[in-house]
Amino acid sequence: MSYRGYDAVIGIETHVQLRTKSKIFSSDATNFDASDNENTSPITLGMPGTLPVLNKKVIEYSVLTGLALNCSIRKKSVFARKNYFYPDLPKGYQISQYDQPICENGALTFMVNGQERRVSITRAHMEEDAGKSTHHGDYTLINLNRAGIPLLEIVSGPEITSATEAAEYGKAIRQVVRYLDVCDGNLEEGSLRCDVNISVKKEGVDKLGTKVEIKNINSFRFIEKAIEYEIDRQIDLLESGQKVIQETRLYDPDKNRTFSMRKKEDAQDYRYFPDPDILPVVISEDFIKKLKAEIPEMPLARAQRFISAHGLPEYDAFVLTTERELADYYEATAKICGNYKSSSNWVMTDVMRELNLNNSIISKAPVSPEALGQLIQMIDNEKISGKIAKSVFSEMWKSGKSPEAIVNEKKMVQISDASTIEKIVDDVLALNPSQVHDYKGGKEKLIGFFVGAVMKTSKGQANPDLVNKILLEKLKK
Amino acid sequence: MSDIKVDFKAVQHIAKLSRLAINEQQAQEYTNQLNQILGLFDKISNLSTEGIEPLVTPTEIEIFWREDIAENNYSSEEMVANAPSQQGSLFKVPPVV
Repeated sequence: MSYRGYDAVIGIETHVQLRTKSKIFSSDATNFDASDNENTSPITLGMPGTLPVLNKKVIEYSVLTGLALNCSIRKKSVFARKNYFYPDLPKGYQISQYDQPICENGALTFMVNGQERRVSITRAHMEEDAGKSTHHGDYTLINLNRAGIPLLEIVSGPEITSATEAAEYGKAIRQVVRYLDVCDGNLEEGSLRCDVNISVKKEGVDKLGTKVEIKNINSFRFIEKAIEYEIDRQIDLLESGQKVIQETRLYDPDKNRTFSMRKKEDAQDYRYFPDPDILPVVISEDFIKKLKAEIPEMPLARAQRFISAHGLPEYDAFVLTTERELADYYEATAKICGNYKSSSNWVMTDVMRELNLNNSIISKAPVSPEALGQLIQMIDNEKISGKIAKSVFSEMWKSGKSPEAIVNEKKMVQISDASTIEKIVDDVLALNPSQVHDYKGGKEKLIGFFVGAVMKTSKGQANPDLVNKILLEKLKK
Repeated sequence: MSDIKVDFKAVQHIAKLSRLAINEQQAQEYTNQLNQILGLFDKISNLSTEGIEPLVTPTEIEIFWREDIAENNYSSEEMVANAPSQQGSLFKVPPVV
């Protein structure tokens, strides 16, 4: 994509908080709602004499994610110390990985405006999070609950070319880690954080421009806006004969602009070296094989299967696969009733409407996919009309009862018996002689009026197709 | 001792990164001391290490992982007790920004 004759070159580092119960190097808990410094210990505080011990789950989640991102998994990876001084980092160094990360050379395929796009994943490495500081003017307060929470930093290649693509990439990463259930993907709570590297260059030029890093953007919409702002800012500088300075900037969503945080001259010299406290992480082929078997079908593959094997429209397929639970729910429904499109319609409109109204999530839906499947079956078997099904559905949502029970209880079964319907039709025609006269005189639009009257008399239970057929026959005479 | 490993400017840079306030006289003293220490490594550098993989750890053990089990063995009061300054259960430090 071109921005005023310039190309944008964008790379994204995503910090994914792994959903473990305990921290990466200590058994402190990881819950977000803990009280101040509740989840700390001498290890988290970096007390002298303490030793970190690696959490097995962190390796499993990292390898799982790496495999899902088509990375090669390093059989022997090494933790390194990244040295810098900041009060939220009590040891004076962050334990991270440097030249031997656990995952490398992968790729992620996702959709941008209906087109498939593939972006390479340079690497993904394990590290510990830092604590949280809050600034109060003449002092700063430190909470170390977050210090030591496991992160997987996923680094994309510098191949993203637009703000939209960057946001879609972020969403796709979130989808992958949520499908794998290794991260809750909650951006507001900081479970997923993105740093974006951006530079611009004249179209067709090979040499890269000076890059600027924008840190800690906490929504996909802001990623898009921050990048758009930053691209414009850099082009403005170049067009007016100035230079882009290599620096770290922050995005302010209220003002919709980025501002300088620190210049390259103050850039940290991290003096990485292998952490002597932690053994290299050696993993076997068996370990990888076992995890490979655990990987569920990924969202894009699943959407493509819904399109090709279920005959769903693209739109349906992508909506249904946004969350793994939603796709599971749809598939379970379709399995019961055998009607893919109908299942998709019910899930996308009725189920999702109720969830939105009740601010709920699919795993808490009071209507099971089995029950919804049965309801769709009852429509397909002409036991109830589509219209009645809607009220049965809201009853199911309220009471959690099966559709069968509700239909029987409320006597909502569809009337498909021709003689019963004929009798109702006769009554309706007898009650409305003037409309019958007008219809026969050519006002054929009145058919809608007759259908409505018959449906009303039958309390919505008459089979609409049959009503139409019988009405037309009778009115011909 | 061969060439200078760390000059006066590098020492000042490291001090800044380490948030240490040192004066010029100290910086000069540390420069001399650090160069002496680093000079010792020259002896090691003279050894031939061709074909030898860099050593991360001298131990033979390859795996030592813990299961993902959370424990709560310390109270926040205990954890902040040794801090020079605190507010509630939070560490209180000089202003950062």
